[in-house]
Amino acid sequence: MQIKFEHAQSAHCENGVTTNLLRHSGMSKINEPLAFGIGSGLFYIQIPFLKVNNAPAFSYRTMPGMIFKRTCKSLGIPVERRKFSSPEKAEQVLNECLEAGQPVGCQVGVYYLTYFPKEYRFHFNAHNLIVYGKENGNYLISDPVMETVTSLTAPELQRVRFAKGALAPRGQLYYPKMKVEISDDAIRKAIVKGIKRNTRDMLHIPASVVGIKGIKSTAGKILKWREKLGVKTAGSYLAQLVRMQEEIGTGGGGFRFIYAAFLQQAYGYIPKDELLKVSEQFTKAGDVWRSSAVQAAGIFKGRITSENDFKDMSNFLIEVAEVEKQAFKALEKIKW
Amino acid sequence: MKKSEIPQDKSLLVGFTREVDYAVDESGKYTSGLSTGWEIKTSALDLAWDDIKLRVKDAEEKVKRGEASPVLFFMELKLMDPGILAAYTGFWQWQVKRHMKATVFSTLSEKKLQKYADLFEIKMEELKNPFRK
Repeated sequence: MQIKFEHAQSAHCENGVTTNLLRHSGMSKINEPLAFGIGSGLFYIQIPFLKVNNAPAFSYRTMPGMIFKRTCKSLGIPVERRKFSSPEKAEQVLNECLEAGQPVGCQVGVYYLTYFPKEYRFHFNAHNLIVYGKENGNYLISDPVMETVTSLTAPELQRVRFAKGALAPRGQLYYPKMKVEISDDAIRKAIVKGIKRNTRDMLHIPASVVGIKGIKSTAGKILKWREKLGVKTAGSYLAQLVRMQEEIGTGGGGFRFIYAAFLQQAYGYIPKDELLKVSEQFTKAGDVWRSSAVQAAGIFKGRITSENDFKDMSNFLIEVAEVEKQAFKALEKIKW
Repeated sequence: MKKSEIPQDKSLLVGFTREVDYAVDESGKYTSGLSTGWEIKTSALDLAWDDIKLRVKDAEEKVKRGEASPVLFFMELKLMDPGILAAYTGFWQWQVKRHMKATVFSTLSEKKLQKYADLFEIKMEELKNPFRK
């Protein structure tokens, strides 16, 4: 069985799955930047007590699953989401969905994802893809970070759906239950809600490792890394900061550009000049994140490793924090 | 980032896919384009792999010196950590950590060893003697 499904590539997996599922159900006004913005996707956290590959873990976007959940909720789209303890049951429910003509989003682990290049396959369990059919025992896969569609055998799909470890997907699948007429007015309301929630998340969560405060906190830690850990380990930590920012399907700098694109689209629905100005500020934030990655690379490649180089690195993050802070404050001031 | 600045460097993605980047066009309007990769990102990934190779080598030497069991070596080889080992095998983390001691490993039952062999996708013989040619 094969459902007629249009694959569109996106920068980020969950944005892409959300957008492609909604479009498939006939809600074609939604595109990647809108899904990301309405889902309040922009974030920063240095995750406390968690090490990934022996280095600290960072995230530049909101918790896995939230972009789909919030985008659908804000637009009044009912959602089905299920987790399973039994792989057999998980496969059965997937097959039932496909037989009913419903493509489904699945959370999967990357380590056993056979169509990814080996070098990208770490034990990261919050990747998302769409299963849109089954042919000769193979599942047809639309992975939004890939240029074209691909496929997995039934055991391969089951394995990635039941990857273990942090953020284990537990066979999770999700899809919009029905088509809802999305008026421009509904989009306007969803945009405002998304912006307000994102402003709160970045400015007002009372935790030092989260949001703007989190970026500043990492900036402060970087200053101490060189002395505390030595140049080599400090370099590995910085490489991790870059990797978590810019994996396949973008990240840190990339997420800022997607948010800037969202604000431009938001202007199309709500013509307030501030939105365009703030969009430019996020472009700037993305550019500074990119410069910080270049600086980090200089350090972890061993080209520039003095105390001042770490200070410059730290200053890039302080600059980012300042730009993003002003941008969100400007968004907070808009009278909707 | 301007659309003309979307990086087109060689990366490990070549031959698999290109990735989408958002950037502004000449008029300042956002659009997206495809990138073959960015040298900075590639070098961060390369470094992560250099670190992994070092840890594998280090684990290999520890096992050869009798300071650790093959569980440590294969854990590093498969990019895992004790938490991931525990999640896949059903052992507790403290058990997994004990199993990494050579002295404890040599007393493990075939049944327990088989769980590790399955997870690491190797034969029992290789689990017990990973470096014998």
